[in-house]
Amino acid sequence: MKPYKLALIPTALLAMTSFAFAADVGPSDVVFADGAVAASLTGVAGDAANGRKVFASRKLGNCLACHVNSDMPEQSFHGEVGPALDGAASRWEEAQLRGILVNSKNTFDGTIMPSFYRTENGVRPLKKFTGKSILTAQQVEDVLAYLTTLKE
Amino acid sequence: MKTITKSIITGGILALSLGFAAHAGEDATLTVNGEITLPVRAAAPAGSPLPELFSGWVFRSTETQAMQMDDFDNPGMIFVDQAWEAWSTPEGSAGKSCADCHGEPESFAGLRATMPKWNDEAGKLYTLEDYINESRVKHMGAEPWKWSGGQMTGMTALISLQSRGDVVNVKTDGPVADMYEKGKEIYYTRVGQLDMACSNCHEDNYGVMIRADHLSQGQINGFPAYRLKNAKLNSVHGRFKGCMKNIRATPFKEGSDEFRALELYVASRGNGLVIEGPSVRN
Ligand code: HEC
Ligand code: HEC
Ligand code: HEC
Repeated sequence: MKPYKLALIPTALLAMTSFAFAADVGPSDVVFADGAVAASLTGVAGDAANGRKVFASRKLGNCLACHVNSDMPEQSFHGEVGPALDGAASRWEEAQLRGILVNSKNTFDGTIMPSFYRTENGVRPLKKFTGKSILTAQQVEDVLAYLTTLKE
Repeated sequence: MKTITKSIITGGILALSLGFAAHAGEDATLTVNGEITLPVRAAAPAGSPLPELFSGWVFRSTETQAMQMDDFDNPGMIFVDQAWEAWSTPEGSAGKSCADCHGEPESFAGLRATMPKWNDEAGKLYTLEDYINESRVKHMGAEPWKWSGGQMTGMTALISLQSRGDVVNVKTDGPVADMYEKGKEIYYTRVGQLDMACSNCHEDNYGVMIRADHLSQGQINGFPAYRLKNAKLNSVHGRFKGCMKNIRATPFKEGSDEFRALELYVASRGNGLVIEGPSVRN
């Protein structure tokens, strides 16, 4: 019994990971309708707690660089380049918010806001970021889950 | 979308006046050693996209501003002192010092306010660093200094100091017209993974907080700049490099034609401001 079980577990794990990636919509395959993206990028429900971390992290979302967010009083510096995100989920549908995150330029023409799930960004990207999106598909879904908690 | 952009603009203006209130006040003047008054705002030159020009000093915290108001508190002056020594120290195969050919540093009064400029003999746009290294190599028979090394930034600070208070007047036409256009193109090109152009921050959003930093117009009239962050004088190209890296772009090389062109364009956006170097920044 024992060897048989052991052999099963890794296969199951392998199947799970490859399943998760296979389900991800690639950055160039995202379908937009009027700036909005209706379908989940991963098929896995977003984790709002992790999304909150990605939102604040200077290395990941760094959303606080440009947005005030009253839900994060523990973070000392909130930028003012964009509008405050308080109540963002009351102003925008979930699909619209996903669209803004994936490619902000489709909603706000010529915006300074980065597109977080796109691989063709500015010219001369640093080598280690070349061909890579700022966030992974799941990180986008996580930030989205967090944003939907920001209601008026 | 229009309304959103509009509200951002108003937000920007609001933040601008708030920023001034929190820092120096709209009419603040930079007085050094209680005697030299340097205007920190100026009318925008013809064709400028900016409504008015502001020195980067305006956007710094009260404490950082104060450091630039007294040469004894300005840490950049330590490097100026070192450059004074280098000025009269013979070096290289010719056994000459800067002083042997140029006399006192005062002989360079006004020079920094016209930099970068066309060098007829070389047939090229020259920055201050180019002139210094040419003198070292061609006239002194010495090794060139590293573009952003301490000896070079100290010397550019000593030379800039001779133009303190002089109105920036960089030429953009004639033989440098092509470089000006090239610099302008770089300024407005979105680069890096974060996909931003210089203009997105320093033209569209100056006066606004970007996380903990108060965005300025990205002017270079205060260069070289002593930065509290790295405790040294920083060259213009070094600063450009840092901004490009922050937006996750591969920077151009210090001393490259691209950065020379960008320096010309950025310097000319400050035509009308006065030379402050060495300035103090965070
Ligand atoms: C470099 C600045 C910048 C960064 C970083 C940034 N944004 Fe934005 N964002 C903006 C600007 C500016 C706007 C307004 C749209 C425009 O450009 O007109 C905006 C708009 C938005 C909006 C719509 C605002 C509303 O309520 O009307 C949302 C939602 C948003 N951003 C979320 C985010 C999230 C989440 C992140 C981090 C993953 C982020 N932004 C990072 C600049 C930024
Ligand atoms: C042996 C003489 C000699 C020495 C020593 C010398 N220079 Fe020069 N320098 C010149 C000459 C000649 C020119 C003008 C022609 C040229 O551009 O090469 C010049 C030009 C310059 C210019 C440009 C001035 C302008 O108005 O365009 C600067 C700046 C300069 N030198 C700085 C220095 C510094 C700093 C040193 C010491 C590290 C130094 N020079 C040492 C001969 C010298
Ligand atoms: C994401 C926003 C952003 C972008 C894009 C950006 N910078 Fe900056 N830059 C900053 C910040 C923040 C500072 C420090 C505060 C200040 O002076 O604005 C700064 C400072 C500067 C300074 C120093 C100003 C002074 O008074 O000391 C210069 C010069 C400058 N930037 C030039 C550039 C150039 C040229 C580009 C394009 C290659 C560029 N920046 C792109 C954010 C940006």
